[in-house]
Amino acid sequence: MDWLSRNLPYLLAGISVGGQYALIAIGYTMVYGILRLINFAHGDIFMVAGLMMVYASASMPMYLSIPLVIIVTVLIGFMVERVAYKPLRQAPRMSVMISAIGVSYLLQNLALYITGGLAQQYPHIPWISDQVTVLGASTKRVTVITPFLTVILVVLLVLLIKKTKIGMAMRAASKDFETSQLMGIKINSVISMTFIIGSFLAAVGSLLFFSNYTSVTPTVGTLPGLKAFVAAVFGGIGSIPGALVGAFIIGICENLVMLLNQYVSFDISNFKDAFAFALLIIILFFKPTGLFGEKQTDKV
Amino acid sequence: MKKKMFSVIVSAAMAVSMVCALPAMADTVKIGVYEPASGDNGAGGKQETLGMQYANSIRPTVEIGGVTYDVELDIVDNESNNDKAVSAASKLVTDGVSVVLGSYGSGVSIAGGQTFQDAGIPAIGVTCTNPQVTLAYPVYYRICFLDNFQGAVLANYAAENYENKVAYVLTKQGDDYSAGLGYYFTQAYEALGGEVVTGAFPEGNSDFTSYLTSAKNAGASVIFAPTSIEAAQLIIEQSAAQGIGLPLLAGDTWDSNMVLAAAEGKDVDILITTFYQEGGNAEFDEGVKAFINGDATNLANNGGNDMVAAVTAMGYDAYNVALAAMQAAGSTAPADILAALPGVVVEDAVSGKIQFDENGDAVRNSAFVKTANTETGTWDFVAETSISE
Repeated sequence: MDWLSRNLPYLLAGISVGGQYALIAIGYTMVYGILRLINFAHGDIFMVAGLMMVYASASMPMYLSIPLVIIVTVLIGFMVERVAYKPLRQAPRMSVMISAIGVSYLLQNLALYITGGLAQQYPHIPWISDQVTVLGASTKRVTVITPFLTVILVVLLVLLIKKTKIGMAMRAASKDFETSQLMGIKINSVISMTFIIGSFLAAVGSLLFFSNYTSVTPTVGTLPGLKAFVAAVFGGIGSIPGALVGAFIIGICENLVMLLNQYVSFDISNFKDAFAFALLIIILFFKPTGLFGEKQTDKV
Repeated sequence: MKKKMFSVIVSAAMAVSMVCALPAMADTVKIGVYEPASGDNGAGGKQETLGMQYANSIRPTVEIGGVTYDVELDIVDNESNNDKAVSAASKLVTDGVSVVLGSYGSGVSIAGGQTFQDAGIPAIGVTCTNPQVTLAYPVYYRICFLDNFQGAVLANYAAENYENKVAYVLTKQGDDYSAGLGYYFTQAYEALGGEVVTGAFPEGNSDFTSYLTSAKNAGASVIFAPTSIEAAQLIIEQSAAQGIGLPLLAGDTWDSNMVLAAAEGKDVDILITTFYQEGGNAEFDEGVKAFINGDATNLANNGGNDMVAAVTAMGYDAYNVALAAMQAAGSTAPADILAALPGVVVEDAVSGKIQFDENGDAVRNSAFVKTANTETGTWDFVAETSISE
């Protein structure tokens, strides 16, 4: 019991950060599934959502600012696709990727310009940011609700993809982009929908992430974005359950490194991040398409 | 053809205007401000720059060898980044500055040092506390105390005030300041019979909960975190949320109103060492507050209130040291100023008398210890300590 309450914080942090990675990873994996594009701007959409919350909450009550932030984030995700990716639909895949990197830098520098380079303190959200005690370990409520909320959202998403018409269109588009167009699927609205869902989840993810780690900087999206991308590849890019499982594994593993650190004489906390990436290499070595990946692969 | 004609006219006009501008520029001396305005140390860099801008506003001219020069601050952003800092330093060299002030953050000072060394431009470090800065580059001088001193002060404080002699030292990977101060603290603390458990976090890390849990599980009685302000905000917040309950000890970087804002109303115990305590020089405090409140940009750069940061006082002193060096040199040529710097003594600096030793470091043997008052959101003075070696 004593051992548990000592080490529970590691596990809690791992599960909650894993859930937040999962929400971002789904955005990567869905866009890749349909467009075969790695949307490098996704981590920055996540950052922009956090930054907007800082400014929105300063001028309006929470019950207004939360929905507003989510809606505006979705709009930004939609706009990014329309402005930066859609005109390049027929261009080589490399051009779209460069465009994605461009959007990423644009958003970061915009944030730098607006914030003046200073870290912004994320607001305290009632209930979510409150302190709770779980089995003797003190933490924020967000840590506890994140995994549940993540799983619920993923189940809803899978239902949407399996049961609805737009979901069917998405599956068709990811199977064969050209043929689905010939079959009368409005490919542009399918792609827009993908970006809307991805941005929505990124906005929710940012709400949970920044409630825990309350400082927003222009480059704050880079590391979670990278980890989420690793999680998506880990689980097999294109697969939604894969992204979920991959994200939880990465989140928990990097905190387990810290737990193990207590029992070894050498300081291994240095390798907290390296561990996630090393794990990825090992998995890809044995299963090149990731845990749940499809057989066929494309070069980017 | 027409296009060509046009460009010829434009370049001719530009050449003429440059020639016309020359006589006016002859009476201007440029001081390079090499500070971060963004990145990890953006907040601190801006406050340090504020001190120089304030000094410039009350002493806009300097008389050197019987000629009155206008002093112009040439401000560049080194982005708190060792790779980008070099190009910021090169820009100052290209602009032809006579002397450089800065930077906040030892890493970027070391990164830019070679550029200043090659150009032979003297640099006056304001709050870069890592010994390597002046050791590696003879053109670098500095007006603050060093990390081996600061680390020893903090280690002594920790050893005297916390019974169980185990400290958790949390540093950032690849950060010269953080690693350096962590090292000196460890050295001093172990010499005093303490035990140190270390943790290191990577660039861009947001999750400190596992580090804090490790500190608790290691049985530490104090956490020493020589980190940037950004990391400080996260560490404080998460320490309070996790109910860690260990005192947080830190160096001069934490002396910021951003840290106070993060700590306000939370159950945390923060202790830091610093260069200047607000109230040390009433005239300076009053003047700088008026300067900060008088301009919306200044107010934003100071974090939204008019609390006087120690680095602002240091920035102010650095400007005056630069002017004193120019007057002593009787010239605005970098080489002359460099030659005059070792002999410069500024008696009435707000952070205490400034003079340099043979390494180019300021002779300082006292530091202020402050604690964060989480109720009022201000720093409370604890002690002025010095260590005799």
